[in-house]
Amino acid sequence: MEIIYSLAIGVLAGSGIWLLLRPRTFQVIMGLTLVSYAVNLFIFGMGRLSVGAPPIIESGTVVDVSSYADPVPQALVLTAIVIGFATTALYLVVLLALRGLSNTDHVDGTEYNS
Amino acid sequence: MPLVLIVVLPFLGSILAAILPHNARNQESWLAGIIAIVCAGLVIYTAPAVFNGEVLVQNISWLPSMGVNMTFRMDGFAWLFALLVTIMGALVVLYARYYMDPADPVPRFFSFFLAFMGSMLGVVLSGNVIQLVIFWELTSLSSFMLIAYWHHRQDARRGARMALTITAAGGFCLLAGMLMIGHIVGSYELSEILASGNMIRNHPWYIPILVLIALGGLTKSAQFPFHFWLPNAMAAPTPVSAYLHSATMVKAGVFILARFWPVLASTDQWFWIIGGAGMCSLLIGAFAATFQQDMKGVLAYSTISHLGLITLLLGLNSELALIAAIFHMINHATFKASLFMATGIVDHETGTRDMGVLSGLRKAMPITATLAIVAAAAMAGVPLLNGFLSKEMFFSETLFVDQTSYSSYLLPSLAVLASSFSVAYSLRFITQVFFGKPATDLPRKPHDPPHWMLFPSAVLVLLCILIGIFPEQIIGSILRVSATAILGDHLPAYSLAIWHGFNLPLIMSILALIGGISLLYVLKPLFRSYPGQTPVLYHFDGRKSFDAVMNGIDNIAYILLEWFSSKRLQPQVLWIVLITLVVGVLPLLDGNWLYLKQPFSFDPAFALLWIVGGACAIGAAYLAKYNRFRALALSGGAGLITCVTFAWLSAPDLALTQLVVETVTVVLILLGLRWLPRRVIEESQVTPLQAFIRRFRDLAIAICSGLGLSALVYIMLTREKPEGLSAFFLEKALPEGGGNNVVNVILVDFRGFDTYGEISVLGIVAITVYALLRRFRPPQESIHALENRHEIQTIDGNGLTNEHSLPKGILLAPNVLGRLMLPVITLISLYFLLRGHNLPGGGFVGGLIFATGIILQYMLSGIHWVETRSRVRPQYWISIGLLIAGGSSMLAWWVGQPFLSAISWDIYLPVIGKLHLSSVILFDIGVYALVVGATTFMLVALAHQSLRFYRKTPVAEVETNAEASTQLNFSDRVN
Repeated sequence: MEIIYSLAIGVLAGSGIWLLLRPRTFQVIMGLTLVSYAVNLFIFGMGRLSVGAPPIIESGTVVDVSSYADPVPQALVLTAIVIGFATTALYLVVLLALRGLSNTDHVDGTEYNS
Repeated sequence: MPLVLIVVLPFLGSILAAILPHNARNQESWLAGIIAIVCAGLVIYTAPAVFNGEVLVQNISWLPSMGVNMTFRMDGFAWLFALLVTIMGALVVLYARYYMDPADPVPRFFSFFLAFMGSMLGVVLSGNVIQLVIFWELTSLSSFMLIAYWHHRQDARRGARMALTITAAGGFCLLAGMLMIGHIVGSYELSEILASGNMIRNHPWYIPILVLIALGGLTKSAQFPFHFWLPNAMAAPTPVSAYLHSATMVKAGVFILARFWPVLASTDQWFWIIGGAGMCSLLIGAFAATFQQDMKGVLAYSTISHLGLITLLLGLNSELALIAAIFHMINHATFKASLFMATGIVDHETGTRDMGVLSGLRKAMPITATLAIVAAAAMAGVPLLNGFLSKEMFFSETLFVDQTSYSSYLLPSLAVLASSFSVAYSLRFITQVFFGKPATDLPRKPHDPPHWMLFPSAVLVLLCILIGIFPEQIIGSILRVSATAILGDHLPAYSLAIWHGFNLPLIMSILALIGGISLLYVLKPLFRSYPGQTPVLYHFDGRKSFDAVMNGIDNIAYILLEWFSSKRLQPQVLWIVLITLVVGVLPLLDGNWLYLKQPFSFDPAFALLWIVGGACAIGAAYLAKYNRFRALALSGGAGLITCVTFAWLSAPDLALTQLVVETVTVVLILLGLRWLPRRVIEESQVTPLQAFIRRFRDLAIAICSGLGLSALVYIMLTREKPEGLSAFFLEKALPEGGGNNVVNVILVDFRGFDTYGEISVLGIVAITVYALLRRFRPPQESIHALENRHEIQTIDGNGLTNEHSLPKGILLAPNVLGRLMLPVITLISLYFLLRGHNLPGGGFVGGLIFATGIILQYMLSGIHWVETRSRVRPQYWISIGLLIAGGSSMLAWWVGQPFLSAISWDIYLPVIGKLHLSSVILFDIGVYALVVGATTFMLVALAHQSLRFYRKTPVAEVETNAEASTQLNFSDRVN
């Protein structure tokens, strides 16, 4: 589980970073999305992986802390997902504005010769 | 105490001088002259104490905790220099009064002149080395302003810039050296530093300190290899050259070398560096001076040469040489300033300084000629003048250098050679200008200037003669007290007598005189055929090298900027990624991370899941360039796999949120896809090799980053989890937070403030998106490409008018289903909102679900149809959401609790029974409302771009009439 999880994060991050370094705005937005998945999984994974133990407490039972997943990284990641969506939207709109202003989809706004 | 006064008065005078009117030559001169004389008087007032052997110190505390104090210290040597600066200042002021043209802006001149005088006095009277460097830099600055006085002239500007660059760079090195010395000695006070000579000489830092201080002194005194700024500084007015570039500023360099002589000298390195620089300057200066055409050029190179002589004497590591150096400092000041003044008079009266043009001025300006002849004779070293005495001391010192046999012959021979050139150029100076047939083609008719203009020059020449004939009486005690200040009480035996007997130095002087006269005859043809060109040396034009160095620095700066501070995005992102990679690799470097600490579990289904996920990610990366839609779909796939992972690994809230966000993101990006240009494989301007290298580099970085991140995650996952906050939240969520869903309780109760910030961010982003899209103008290509879309839509969906409530064609079934689904979707979203506290759900998920429902309607039925019927005004939902959330947080103030505390009520209703209400649900409702508003706002603003496009094109003229009735409705909605 741990191996697969780490490799999964690695693949997502690698693809994302490759795309981040590209010169087209659409590639960058895709890259940002993939990197944000990788980072969300990373933060979530810091609470260590546990299967079948969601942090929903049964009423009336004594709480045994070790039998639940770690709720703190989950709260962090939830916030991160929502704000990530907002910034993706913002980036997309900036991309469109740049496209309209400069007639090209290059990240620098002009097609370079080098 | 007068010391502070001596330094401060000129600065005050400088400010006063700046205020006086434009053409107040007399007032300015009186002001400057009086200040100079007063300062001189103050210096003389302290004479009895100084001559007694006292060192006067005046201390003003400034930053006692950092050891930074203003200390003024006057010992014999400083006294000598202060006297020199002030008296010379007074004389030059008198001279300048007559030299300056009535049209010249005089306030600027005298203001900077006085500022310079104050800074120079500060340099000599400073008792704290940091303070000394500050005044040093002030002298550079005021000299810069004085050289560039006639700033309309290009040579003045260039010369000033060159002087400032070189002397300021030297000042910087000097500061570094002083800091190092202060660090070794433990204090910046000059008295303590002067007592720590051995400590510094034996310290491992000795050579860097020596080099730095040497750089400071040599740049200021225009010594080899930094000598080329001085001839270029001759573009200054002659009073400036007389004061700064002969008597005071260039002497600051040798002053500092003499000052630090007890600290840094007596080593081999000192001998080679200082002595070597001095020797080279002596020779080069004398050689070049012989060939100059400009009178001031001769004097400039001659100054370089004489200062080289002084530097060489300082570098000889001998106490007698030091005394000779101080003696020559005094003598050089007198005759050089006098010669500069004579040059200025000639220039003023005849209009030219060119020695090829001038001739025979003896008849027209007899007094000037006499003064100049005497001063030049002093410069050449003619007996009975002061120059002769110091030259004699110089010769005798070179004979006593105890080095290997070859240098014991080399040094005196070079000294004689330099002196012959000195005689040659002095003779040439006089014979060219004052002797021969009177010139007929001069710009102005020459005559002797007003008496007061000659007065300063006369005073100085008189001094030359007096010191030459009665050295012991005039200058003996001053010299003794200065030397004592540096060397201590045990001075070596020397005598200032005129005649020491017929010894080797005398023979050397005679040889130099004869050699100089013969040189002049030998070189005469060269003067005629190549006027103004120094043989051999003219290849090494200082100014050209300086300009080349400056250009080189500019180019390097440009390249560095291109690399590190590029305006382009990709280099910046590359640097971010690279540095993060390097930082991230650091924990991996010790290598012992491969072993496991927790039991190893493997689930094949999970592996399969992520094989698909990994393939999606890589596919998206590969396709993003030419196949945007497919890439988007694949990245959506990766997102869904992430969602399943969250669900698998016990994070139901995350899975829900990720699912809905994924959906909305895909819709969002789809809305934007249409505006991007077609991606065709085109000829690129980059060579294939360059492109390949760049791609390979990026691929390598990406793979390394991915692997590194994997390794980091693996390390973390296989280690023991440290104690954190989770226990607190898990235990307190139900009893104190009142909810079973711990994640939700954390979000809206324990960490409610963070959530409040988060929804504010969402609101801000939504408004920003809207604002950015108001100004959006579609690019040219997209308008043309989408023109025929218009016809298609009138058939299917978006051409819905008010008469047709349902479209015809393929969108009929989805429309019916979608409209039926809307209430169900709303119900589900409310259900998730309300159950969030105890089961997976919450305000975010609920809000996103509702927003999805609304967007579904937009997608199916079109903007017109929805907006004529919808009451959801997203911008109001955003504000209402924030207000509700804020209000519920402030509710706690009613019961005296702090902001964002949760208060709960238990209500007993007749049928339903006990209801446990909490203000937290209000907060969650606020979140819900805001998420709905923000999401809808963003996507609808994007969707409206298609309408905006319609209104612009002429094709849609017909349509706009039909849309006119609907325009009012949506124009007050979103636009």
